[in-house]
Amino acid sequence: MSLMLEPSASQIKEQKIYREMGMTDEEFAKAEEILGRTPNYTETGLFSVMWSEHCSYKNSKPVLRKFPTTGERVLQGPGEGAGIVDIGDEQAVVFKIESHNHPSAIEPYQGAATGVGGIIRDVFSMGARPVAMLNSLRFGELDSSRVKYLFEEVVAGIAGYGNCIGIPTVGGEVQFDRTYEGNPLVNAMCVGLIDHKDIQKGQAKGVGNTVMYVGAKTGRDGIHGATFASEELSEQSEEKRPAVQVGDPFMEKLLLEACLELVKSDALVGIQDMGAAGLTSSSAEMASKAGSGIEMNLDVVPQRETGMTPYEMMLSESQERMLIVVKRGREQEIEELFAKYGLEAATVGRVTDDGMLRLLHKGEIVAEVPADALAEDAPVYYKPSEEPAYYRDYQAMEQETPQVEDLKETLMQLLSQPTIASKEWVYGQYDYQVRTNTVVAPGSDAAVVRVRGTNKALAMTTDCNSRYLYLDPEAGGKIAVAEAARNIVCSGGEPLAITDCLNFGNPEKPEIFWQLEKATDGMSEACRVLSTPVIGGNVSLYNETNGTAVYPTPVVGMVGLIKDLSHITTQTFKQAGDLIYMIGETAVEFGGSELQKLQNGGEIYGKAPAIDLAVEEKRQASLLKAIQAGAVQSAHDIAEGGFAVALAEKAFGTELGANVRLDGHIEAAAALFSETQSRFIVTVSKEKQEVFESIAADAKLIGEVTAEAALVIKQQEETVIEAAVNELEGAWKGAIPCLLKSEA
Amino acid sequence: MKFAVIVFPGSNCDVDMFHAVQDELGEEVEYVWHDADDLSEFDGILLPGGFSYGDYLRSGAIAHLSKVMSEVKKAAQAGKPVLGVCNGFQILLESGLLPGAMLRNKDLKFVCKPAQLKVENNETMFSSLYSKGEKVTIPVAHGEGNYYCDEATLQQLQANQQIVFTYTDNFNGSLESIAGIVNEQGNVLGMMPHPERAVDELLGSADGLKLFQSIVKQWRESHVVNA
Amino acid sequence: MYKVKVFVTLRESVLDPQGKAVQQSLTNLGYEGVQDVRIGKYMELTIDGSNQEVEKTVQEMCEKLLSNPVVEDYRYEIEESVQQ
Repeated sequence: MSLMLEPSASQIKEQKIYREMGMTDEEFAKAEEILGRTPNYTETGLFSVMWSEHCSYKNSKPVLRKFPTTGERVLQGPGEGAGIVDIGDEQAVVFKIESHNHPSAIEPYQGAATGVGGIIRDVFSMGARPVAMLNSLRFGELDSSRVKYLFEEVVAGIAGYGNCIGIPTVGGEVQFDRTYEGNPLVNAMCVGLIDHKDIQKGQAKGVGNTVMYVGAKTGRDGIHGATFASEELSEQSEEKRPAVQVGDPFMEKLLLEACLELVKSDALVGIQDMGAAGLTSSSAEMASKAGSGIEMNLDVVPQRETGMTPYEMMLSESQERMLIVVKRGREQEIEELFAKYGLEAATVGRVTDDGMLRLLHKGEIVAEVPADALAEDAPVYYKPSEEPAYYRDYQAMEQETPQVEDLKETLMQLLSQPTIASKEWVYGQYDYQVRTNTVVAPGSDAAVVRVRGTNKALAMTTDCNSRYLYLDPEAGGKIAVAEAARNIVCSGGEPLAITDCLNFGNPEKPEIFWQLEKATDGMSEACRVLSTPVIGGNVSLYNETNGTAVYPTPVVGMVGLIKDLSHITTQTFKQAGDLIYMIGETAVEFGGSELQKLQNGGEIYGKAPAIDLAVEEKRQASLLKAIQAGAVQSAHDIAEGGFAVALAEKAFGTELGANVRLDGHIEAAAALFSETQSRFIVTVSKEKQEVFESIAADAKLIGEVTAEAALVIKQQEETVIEAAVNELEGAWKGAIPCLLKSEA
Repeated sequence: MKFAVIVFPGSNCDVDMFHAVQDELGEEVEYVWHDADDLSEFDGILLPGGFSYGDYLRSGAIAHLSKVMSEVKKAAQAGKPVLGVCNGFQILLESGLLPGAMLRNKDLKFVCKPAQLKVENNETMFSSLYSKGEKVTIPVAHGEGNYYCDEATLQQLQANQQIVFTYTDNFNGSLESIAGIVNEQGNVLGMMPHPERAVDELLGSADGLKLFQSIVKQWRESHVVNA
Repeated sequence: MYKVKVFVTLRESVLDPQGKAVQQSLTNLGYEGVQDVRIGKYMELTIDGSNQEVEKTVQEMCEKLLSNPVVEDYRYEIEESVQQ
């Protein structure tokens, strides 16, 4: 075996080896200044991963500071594994979303699977029982074999991990656009439940306490994964395959059950997932948060491979591992607890009072770095921002109604767009029912999971229309939050808070940073108006392929509280004779719409739809009130594809139809397909008409649910669409399976 | 009546089974760890779904060698009702308590959906409250539910009326659309669909409840207690 | 020390949908001569013991755990490996 010698401190400096690890000259100089000497190879590795964008948010910190992060119900905001919100009765909901974009682009099955595994650990490291998963996915168009492969494998990877570990995957979204061709987005969200008394923190408190390592052994997989996630994808990326880890959901299931038993023990002081930057981030952050230090002996770190160096051990991103701190003297009972699940708990170090992360290997100190320096002192960059020319051009354009020859045929085409079409092909592969709490399965506006033992339920959704964000990041950012809240409200829930996953291009480009700034401005404002603080999230920058960025895609994951099971509402028609109402007026707004994309070969232009957050808030509040008053049979927001698509979706799976009449203030194509915001279609039984109208004063009665399964849409007296529901439903259901089967 | 829910490392429908029995059926139930060596106190044994030992090697292959399985065999021999659902069915097949084996679904994909089943035999201790030919909706969630056995075994299953449930739409490619079978004695049932997920209308169907109630009814009749 | 290679395949009478899918995919890629694909498992075991014992043990392992005789066949190769 050849022995690879690590470069010395002076070689690292002279040959600028730190650059290969993603550090700049200035950052290396700063590390030298902190240490008062030149860092050795292992130490350079520690700095480089902890100061990567993925771990330090050095480029995004200035924009993240704008988010409202507090609220009456917020028990834990950003900074821990996941945020926590009170839901009453001494219970709380814990949730977070995270990206695994780059690993999924290289090895889609394992990339997606380990993304799922990672976010689940974030939730149970807080002491919470994970109760549901959602996924927000973006791919290129389903017309190339590579995209089909990525799509099928990502879905299989999510299913493979989630189904095995036994957490239901209850919802999410899948969108398709050319912009994601080479850089798919794979964002996974996990929702957990916790009793207030069990809330844990990732802190290494109490000098002399013991640091233990639990879970899978450390291998050479995923070394420098965090740095990899902070670079653009290029032709060479596929060569970086070793950076992709392999997941073991069975191991994680054991680890999950063991850790949830552990949090009941008073021997536990702190617990943190070894996620990005593995052993380095967990140890440095736990020490830094507690104002303490940690000394670890790497000889006793459980290793899967022989001859691992300190550098490799500290930077490995092997999955299914946790770092815990326990009271001194209680190690044996912890070992026994883990042994019951067939897991090993190894004592690897102790908490110190000197604030240093000190690593020993073969009797020597191989690294000695202030924990704060790694966890807190990463440089923060205020990147230059510049409004791009395309934005000015688009803003100058007038909104106009596109030419549509055949309205019914256009509706059929819209329903067949993979972004709108049924996602049954996807969610049929996910076990969405395990744990038997899923009241509303995938396919409605938000998924609903009951809280067993109570009369409450949680509504959850992920949303983001990146086309609006590309045209106008500020309006698009507002819309992303507002749409998520609409979905929660339509399900009968009160929006509680959000977690966000900011997927953007390279922030070093001023136009990209401008998108990031504007999008977060819009999101922040919407969060304030809709009272949904940001309790955590993740930033994924450098989503570019060969220099072209994806559309700005800040995915919003939102959870709402349904106070009574009787409030649970779905989007579909319930019975013939119910009255159909529309909330909100339709304007001519086609910038970034599904119809515009369809008619222009995937290209979009013009102004994004406008949004008035005060109007949005008022309409959501009155709809929720009407639902809580028991006056609403079904509710659905109007989103991609406009009114006609939303109405058709309400009929799917019901064997019912609708007869509606719209006014004539705009052209038929606009009335049917415009994507004006803050609109809903609601059905109400005749007995509740009065109650409903007294609450939702601005709702407009437009028609009736019919026993005949046909959609008849009139504009004044003229019939503009008449179609059998099964014909529309066939197009909607068949689109994705059909695209996957066709030859690329 | 007192039920045991056997928990293997990687079981994940154990909680669902437990709550179906406790909350909806209203009978006594306990979790029993895979290394238990005595099941004599239980009147019925439930093997839940999940991915025991990650389903590594083959579904149910490692679990069937667990210590508790020799106790499950004893219970089966003693005529106690033994129900294996999904992974539990796969474990029963691997252990030889039921004949046949599971292959991957014909389209190679995991499938989760409400499935319609036909009750083929309502004269078992698991199906007496259904009517023969009744169509019921019970969810499925599996990747390897494509039932297979050789010709001779199939003939035996048919001759002894061991096929209890079939799919009305054979989505996974099972031989003769088989969804659930009993052993010759009729006290061991294995089925891929999840009756424990169908015990509450709130979650979409309560058609599975009658299966559990059938077990209790038979047990009560054979354990007549003087009031 | 013995190095044992175990090959587990689906019995010929059993349909192999995975194999069929791969065959179809190979045909799509232009490899027209592919008549059949059967997918199996390959395992490597390192075992301590005497020659006769190893043979017997491996056979037992295959029957008890490594294969399912209802649907699978197995064969194995045993090589003596030189101690390092």
